Amino acid sequence: MSAALLEAEALTKHFPVRRGILGRSAGLVRAVDSVSFTIESGQTLGLVGESGCGKTTTSRMILNVEPPTSGAIRFDGAPLSALDRGGLSRYRRAVQAVFQDPYASLDPRMRVGSIVGEPLVINERPTGPALRKRVLELLDLVGLPERAAELFPHEFSGGQRQRIAIARALALSPRLVVLDEPVSALDVSIRAQILNLLRDLQRRLGVAYLFIAHDLAAVAHMSHTIAVMYLGKIVELGAAAEVALSPKHPYTQALFSAALPLDPGARGEEIILSGEIPSPLDPPPGCRFHTRCPHVMERCRRDEPPLAPESGRLVACHLYPG
Amino acid sequence: MTVPVIDVRDLKTHLVTRWGTIKAVDGVSFSVSEGETLGLVGESGSGKSMTCLSILRLAPRPAARILGGEVRLDGDDLLKKSEREMQRIRGKRVAMILQDPMSSLNPVFSIGMQVREPLSSYHGLSGKALASRAVQLLASVGISSPAARLRAFPHQLSGGMRQRVVGAMAISAPPRLLIADEPTTSLDLTIQAQYLRLLKDLQERHRLAMIFVTHNLGIVAKMCDRVAVMYAGRIVEAGSVETIFGAPRHPYTRALLDSVPRLGVQTEWLTAIEGQPPDLAALPRGCAFSPRCAHAMERCRAEEPPEFALGAGHTSRCWLEAPA
Repeated sequence: MSAALLEAEALTKHFPVRRGILGRSAGLVRAVDSVSFTIESGQTLGLVGESGCGKTTTSRMILNVEPPTSGAIRFDGAPLSALDRGGLSRYRRAVQAVFQDPYASLDPRMRVGSIVGEPLVINERPTGPALRKRVLELLDLVGLPERAAELFPHEFSGGQRQRIAIARALALSPRLVVLDEPVSALDVSIRAQILNLLRDLQRRLGVAYLFIAHDLAAVAHMSHTIAVMYLGKIVELGAAAEVALSPKHPYTQALFSAALPLDPGARGEEIILSGEIPSPLDPPPGCRFHTRCPHVMERCRRDEPPLAPESGRLVACHLYPG
Repeated sequence: MTVPVIDVRDLKTHLVTRWGTIKAVDGVSFSVSEGETLGLVGESGSGKSMTCLSILRLAPRPAARILGGEVRLDGDDLLKKSEREMQRIRGKRVAMILQDPMSSLNPVFSIGMQVREPLSSYHGLSGKALASRAVQLLASVGISSPAARLRAFPHQLSGGMRQRVVGAMAISAPPRLLIADEPTTSLDLTIQAQYLRLLKDLQERHRLAMIFVTHNLGIVAKMCDRVAVMYAGRIVEAGSVETIFGAPRHPYTRALLDSVPRLGVQTEWLTAIEGQPPDLAALPRGCAFSPRCAHAMERCRAEEPPEFALGAGHTSRCWLEAPA
């Protein structure tokens, strides 16, 4: 039985917009607005949505680099806001990240052995031989040869660099890894290797993932649960297979219909939304999706729909009055 | 038999660098007819963008040298044109849409100035006729309140809107051939869906021949009539979109299609392609894909496979097709 590793409750982040030299407040960007979800031990939560929907801000709050405006994050049941310095430092060790661009995230002047060993050196101060042994174990874990430790990042291809970044993220035996678009910068033929590696590592180490990506088929493949965000809100949250195959929220439906199947015969059943994503500085009243929704009703312009149970998942839409 | 708009024969573009000669495009042939879309698929470094730049004679010089072949646009060999003649062809008879609209738009000029420029230089429009044609063009790519948008600067528009402006400029002539190089990669999914529909509409309206460069196989399935799969500077398999997706023959095409996760198909593990993308400066002997190929034979490592015809415009460069 899995247990809640991380819980986000009514997590909110507003950024004030300041104008002019006096920095007068000119409004709020509601980047993330009262978002709640759970990540279970050893499981993957997939977070999908388009640019500006708040996925990255959410992950930054979880990585504890951005303090929430309100709401709580609980890790193993303990709220982050109540942790002392020691507790926070333990939290940071338990939650690691792998970013999109392995060309930007690795220091070009450090040898791979030092890159992978750096978190250990800082946090655990192991002796030379112990450090070397652990680094080689980590490289082996991600499928890189021993001699990789002596080389520099530029000597590796994109896929291999991402393996290095994954080894570094795993150095402190984290319990949660935030994967922010981990394969989008890689060649198509390499993506499957890295997705398989991530899944294999989850099996072997029991690590949980927060998987953020715009490739919906990859998210559906990797995740146990999927949360769909639109303009700072979760609009649908449920088991991955159900959300991906029978989406209920009109936005989720449009999003998944825009993920094109590899089948030339399957043309022409897609939903094309009109208009663009509104600015989070001035989100529409009522349901934030109503300006683009093909099923919009009078009520949607006025009342914000709550995230409520519907067909075994949570959906925020007036089409499902419950 | 329709006469192709663009007919590329045995095109060779090599890059001469300090580390040696890189065969970026090595004997590529294809043609595209009116109203037809050819998908050019491949990974970074496979030569798909270099092929397109060579058609426009815009491959980066002095490194890039077009060493041979023909690029016939309505019968005219573009490789024999002078630079001055090419300037009259680019934008007018062949237009290109790039991945990042900001690399096509000048940030310091208004949208209006940039949209009007080709209209006045190619069509000699001026005054009221020019102004109304510019408004009409923006409206034709689905931009709301076009007159107001003409006064805006590129940074004031969203990414999807900017790419629409680039699309409007591309079809202003209208051209015979439109080359779209990853035109939706920088766009969000729902905006991508809008843009793909727009490109399809524009193509049908103007009977454009289109070359669509992408690594996204889902877009190929949706947009293209025929597909050419590139690997290490060569077309390794080509055929109709139904053939390539339904009955692919080249091991690279098959592996690529197998490696992509699909919605609605639950699999434990993806079928990964082993190894790394090829290093163009140090290609192996024989078939460039042989080090990663599950079917590689002795012969593949010794001799480069020729193109085998498999019928109905379907070709594959693979020794598996050699008659026994």
